[in-house]
Amino acid sequence: MSQAEAIRSPRLLWTFGLLRSELLTTFRRWRTLALLAVLAGVPILVGIAVKIETSGGSSVGGGRDGGGGGPAFISQITNNGLFLVFTALAATLPFFLPMAIGVIAGDAIAGEANSGTLRYLLVAPAGRTRLLLTKYATVMAFCLVATLVVAVSALTVGALLFPLGDLTTISGTQISFTEGLGRALLIALIVAVSLIGVAALGLFVSTLTGSGIAAMATTVGLLITVQILDQIPQLHAIQPYFFSHYWLSFADLMRDPVYWDDLVKNLEIQALYAAVFGSAAWARFTTKDITA
Amino acid sequence: MAPNESDDSTTAGEADDLRAGRRKAARYVVPVAVVGVAAATIGLVPALADSGDPDLPKISAQQLIDKIAKSDVQQMSGTVKITTDLGLPNLGGLESSLMSGAGKSGDGSSADPTSKLTELATGTHTLRVAADGQDRQKLSLLENAAEYSIVHNGKDVWGYDSQSNEVYHSTAPDGAAKQQKEDVPATPKDLTKDALKSVDDTTSVTVEGTAQVAGRDAYRLVIKPKQSGSTVGQITVAVDSKTGLPLKFTLTPSSGGAAVIDAGFTQVSFARPSASTFNFTPPKGAKVTEDKQAEHGLKGSEKSWKGEQGGKSEKGDKTGGSDENAAKGLDGLNVIGKGWNSIATFDTGGQGVPSGSKAGGDFGGFLDSLGDKVTGKFGSGTVFKTRLINALITDNGKVYVGAVSKGALVKAANAG
Repeated sequence: MSQAEAIRSPRLLWTFGLLRSELLTTFRRWRTLALLAVLAGVPILVGIAVKIETSGGSSVGGGRDGGGGGPAFISQITNNGLFLVFTALAATLPFFLPMAIGVIAGDAIAGEANSGTLRYLLVAPAGRTRLLLTKYATVMAFCLVATLVVAVSALTVGALLFPLGDLTTISGTQISFTEGLGRALLIALIVAVSLIGVAALGLFVSTLTGSGIAAMATTVGLLITVQILDQIPQLHAIQPYFFSHYWLSFADLMRDPVYWDDLVKNLEIQALYAAVFGSAAWARFTTKDITA
Repeated sequence: MAPNESDDSTTAGEADDLRAGRRKAARYVVPVAVVGVAAATIGLVPALADSGDPDLPKISAQQLIDKIAKSDVQQMSGTVKITTDLGLPNLGGLESSLMSGAGKSGDGSSADPTSKLTELATGTHTLRVAADGQDRQKLSLLENAAEYSIVHNGKDVWGYDSQSNEVYHSTAPDGAAKQQKEDVPATPKDLTKDALKSVDDTTSVTVEGTAQVAGRDAYRLVIKPKQSGSTVGQITVAVDSKTGLPLKFTLTPSSGGAAVIDAGFTQVSFARPSASTFNFTPPKGAKVTEDKQAEHGLKGSEKSWKGEQGGKSEKGDKTGGSDENAAKGLDGLNVIGKGWNSIATFDTGGQGVPSGSKAGGDFGGFLDSLGDKVTGKFGSGTVFKTRLINALITDNGKVYVGAVSKGALVKAANAG
């Protein structure tokens, strides 16, 4: 940013400064790094497990031939390491990724309140709305980083253990490896976007309480509850409105041509959750008495 | 509010508190409003999108049937949503694993078309179809994070199950390949063809208004059995006004409620699909099951019959015409009555279904809970009901099956 611009928009600079300091504090925390390490470990485990199971020449899920057990795409990994990216994302998206987001988002406001640093943040002329936006931006940045950590780790393990090359879409058509990489990147972005709803929910919960642990536990608890409710057939009428209902639609990007219906629904649901819980968090945070 | 403002301000501190409280509360209006707007959008958009039926020139039922017959759509692609609700107990995953298990006993490949497409018999499924002339077709069944495709390209018929990464391959002469495709009554067109086969003097066919399906203007062709006693209420077919291609097929039972079969395009295009759609090379490492041409004649026909029993039973019995087709396949099978009320009957020679008391225990109770006991001149028996097909199994081993009401079955049993 040039000097002139900086003078003209000191508030903007302020915001970026706030965001940068938030990002630095978040990503320097040991627990953040531990969460990312766990996420990076999942594809390594899956990759090694598949490698060991197939080393005897059998296909994945040997006994149950055609059973297709395990996470999506797992049967294709041995033929193309790139599929490990999709499998790893499908394996982490239902629980590991949103749990990590829940921890970070739940901690965002309540953690500051808990450790008594929230009032110092508000003493600075940043404004509550801007602080909240910065916190949300940080959580979303974590969504993206966490997803990319899983994807990159999976790609590395996949490249080390299995062959790479042209890949077959689930519709049976062939696409080049470059296009496959492009789709993998797109899928990682979609997965990151899929977490926006949980992030907003976690941030809202975080504004409700002064205890960081309580906020994290509530967010993760809500996540598990919704996932269970999503499995109960009798509730099919309300299931399309659960934030997790269309999560696995990212696999539709591996169809040829891409099937957009569910992907679009997923994006709409995430936008809706972000709008509802984002504004609820704003309503709560800008009006509550900060005592810690 | 504004004119009263000055009055309020005279009451100093208390009013300020009140106003501050109100301002605080006002912020919560934002999330509530967002929810409200979203709910309104979800509720209203489908209603708005359903903006009236298109205006189309009048057409007689016969003209419309001719239009369907003449319809020669060679190139098209689209997405079909098919919902089947036979009123069978929802077995969910168990059922599909049973089905694929049954199919596998045949030749061990989960990519075998007949084992896979029986899944269409229950629930809601999304299919994609693409066609480019007689020689190139593709049908894909979209599953959760997986897909099952049948590709017909020239001489080759490929089945690919991405979940298990298995491939089924058969080289068939064009005729046979076409036959195979016809075994899969998944598109509205196939279903309509079967329904129209049964049109005779026991059927009323009318054109009732127009509809919009997948963004295209369509006529609504209504097929109704004239006789009472059939479980088929009516069949509605939406026929594309330009190409004559059936776009939506709905079968409603006479008992009312949701459609038993509802298959319609949600998206359709009549442009030539890209050639790569029909190219299929088995992916590296995939298990390929070859269906040899020599065997195909014999095994294939047997298999397609089996497929008919599993996947098409609801469809086969729906129309009187196919009842008779099926009749040829079974020895000792008679068809009583005609048209929609035809009842297939055969003698198992056995003891019928053991009644709960005879079989005893939990199993007997289970059997009893599935069927209704009936008695008549023929003796006694058990009626098994679905929303479309009812079957009466008498205690002396005779079976009566048809898309007719329970009363009609008992009447047929009394007469026979």
